[in-house]
Amino acid sequence: MRSSRALLGEALREGKAPAWQRRHVLDLDDFSLQELELVLHTARAMKDVLRRDVKKVPSLRGKTVVTLFYEPSTRTRVSFETAGKIMSADVINVTNSGSSIEKGESLLDTLLTVQAMAMDIIVLRHPHSGAPYFAARNLGRSSVINAGDGTHAHPTQALLDVFTLQEHLGSLDGKRVVIVGDISHSRVARSDLWALTRLGARLVLCGPPTLMPWDLLKGRRDTPGHPFASVEVETDLDKAIEGAEVIIALRLQKERQGAGLLPSLREYARLWQVDPERLARASPNVRVMHPGPMNEGVEISPEVAHSAQALVQEQVTNGLAVRMALLYLLCGPRELGA
Amino acid sequence: MGKHPPLLIRGGRILDPSQGLDGAGDLLIQDGKVAWAGAPSDGSGTPPGCRVLDAAGLLVVPGFIDLHCHLREPGAEEKETIATGTLAAARGGFTTVCAMPNTDPSTDTAGAVEFLLRLASEQGHVRVLPVGCVTRGRKGKELADLAELAQAGVVGFSDDGDPVADSFLMRMALSYSTVTGLPVIDHLQDARLFGGGVAHEGWAASRLGLKGIPAEAEEVMAARDIELCALTGGRLHLAHISTKGSLEMARRARERGLPVTCEAAPHHLALTDDWLLGTRGEGGPFAPLGPLAYDTAAKVNPPLRPQADVDALVHGLRDGLIDAIATDHAPHSAVEKACTFDEAAFGISGLETALGLLLTALVHTGKVPLVTVIEKLTAGPARLLGPKYAHLGTLRPGAAGDVAIIAPDEEWTVNTAQFASKGKNTPLAGATLRGRVVATVVGGKLVFQKGAVSITASR
Repeated sequence: MRSSRALLGEALREGKAPAWQRRHVLDLDDFSLQELELVLHTARAMKDVLRRDVKKVPSLRGKTVVTLFYEPSTRTRVSFETAGKIMSADVINVTNSGSSIEKGESLLDTLLTVQAMAMDIIVLRHPHSGAPYFAARNLGRSSVINAGDGTHAHPTQALLDVFTLQEHLGSLDGKRVVIVGDISHSRVARSDLWALTRLGARLVLCGPPTLMPWDLLKGRRDTPGHPFASVEVETDLDKAIEGAEVIIALRLQKERQGAGLLPSLREYARLWQVDPERLARASPNVRVMHPGPMNEGVEISPEVAHSAQALVQEQVTNGLAVRMALLYLLCGPRELGA
Repeated sequence: MGKHPPLLIRGGRILDPSQGLDGAGDLLIQDGKVAWAGAPSDGSGTPPGCRVLDAAGLLVVPGFIDLHCHLREPGAEEKETIATGTLAAARGGFTTVCAMPNTDPSTDTAGAVEFLLRLASEQGHVRVLPVGCVTRGRKGKELADLAELAQAGVVGFSDDGDPVADSFLMRMALSYSTVTGLPVIDHLQDARLFGGGVAHEGWAASRLGLKGIPAEAEEVMAARDIELCALTGGRLHLAHISTKGSLEMARRARERGLPVTCEAAPHHLALTDDWLLGTRGEGGPFAPLGPLAYDTAAKVNPPLRPQADVDALVHGLRDGLIDAIATDHAPHSAVEKACTFDEAAFGISGLETALGLLLTALVHTGKVPLVTVIEKLTAGPARLLGPKYAHLGTLRPGAAGDVAIIAPDEEWTVNTAQFASKGKNTPLAGATLRGRVVATVVGGKLVFQKGAVSITASR
């Protein structure tokens, strides 16, 4: 069998792959099935690179990438930085502490400043929903990748999720995927919703009613063509997990309790923790994912988090491959030779 | 305002809902007052030295009254001043504006009212009527000196933006309203349900990951204050209502014979929360977010609501339940909108687009008769201001010579660079509207005219 890299090169040469027209990656709501497949396909080629002894390719030599993070992050920021460096891009990291952001510089001015330093790609993480759209609207030259915006979207996380699931399950069509936790505030869940429904998964959302995005799921239900019409909501995890092939547990931010959205973390854990007992109700081959960082003992039990079914570490590796793929596609595909 | 030479507005269609007047005619303003309005004159009654404004093909209506606008001075002169705000009013056909008291310092003392009135008389292009605070410093802790504020000339009381959360204090304020005869103008908002929301709680906000403001944040306050109105007999005016539910509560209150009135803003009558998706309706509500998503210019409080609420408001306007259209003109500086949606200030700069938007969205679409829209901008708000202001919002002989002249079918593109307002914050920037104000007269003085309007000396 030919390598996926060769397949990709062939597809691109023969014009079979959809042309990559995109300048920004803001969410997955506007990704066609073809585009999704192109990214996943490219990511498989990138994963080959990660398996090499010397993890360095020259594809993005001379390209500049800045990670601009207004929120704390380990895996996403390091993942983008590493992805850029493996592909020989120059990567600069800016966080709100220790930069002019601390001096009160506006997001707009910071973005324009960064763009003026000839940055090709700005990877933006921001606590406010829509910040990457604001950036894309105001930047004439740089590309913007959304690395998580408020409670809106986290497209690269969703891409790595579907990449990981495809590796294990092949097609996701008809697969029962349960997402459990604080769906309402989870940008991961929201981007997963777009990606997984597009790939045909049977989605079940589970969590307390106070943390469910009812308007997203039930609003506009009278209008034909609702993107989440097939998504099921089941507040009882024991029922939701029945026959599940995939469980995605979400991080429960501890502030939610202080805000009055749930009575106690203890009670939450009793009702919505993914633990071995509950896992036994799922499909025997069930896979468990978590976007991290985990609150072990709250949304996921330590036994499950470190079980063979948990794909948490694979998700991290695949995140690297997916982000390499996006950087590569946004800079215009070149040869991947070492 | 009576030192101007007589002005004859000739050959227009005179529409004055206050006296059921609608027909071709002339309007003469002398000594700052309407001398007569009616059937075309033969010119014999034209006084010497009279200027003549040719209104052929134009609509001549009483100057508009805006019950609710933010002029920002004193305290936020970078957003607006009395001078720029009242010029914006003039450009929008408004000849009287009620200035909300959330300035810095706020309008919570007789001295502050006097200051505002002096500033307005020196720098204002239109009439300014102050609204006073309900509570000292708008802090919701103790009542302002309501009777003194009334004596100083306020037309109502409001802690707009930070509504009185304390039910007891609201009861006291409404009770005082029976002494002053002035309404408490109520910005309906339950603080905890509002809870830091930035957009209407519904599909669009959820889709965008924005914190929602439920309709109930407005409605539970409407319910509370209507009951307090019943308890006290005080006048209650519901400001910028935006939901079907609060409208229905106003309807029931009216049926109970309570002194409850209400207003709606042009943007709530014409735009929905789908605006925030940035698709401008293309591809339906489920289309991918457009590049214009999270338009901070459309961030307003109360927020833009779904179509069902807009439809209910339009119905309430048509059937007369809504007493007045008020702009809630809320100018902001560019920097307060050039940011993320969460960071952006609430408010739409509305004075200069109000009429165009109303005509485009409601009248030219056949949803609301022209006469109704004009009534809600003139006689409607005048009625709420009470007998002291009976000379406003009408073209009856002896009334103030306040007139708006409209080209009802003229198409124009909203260019915020040409706004007189310092606030360029409108989602309508770049939109094409049909119908605009081409001249505005206050007390017989032409305070605004478009180039096309011609004025000649009488022969």
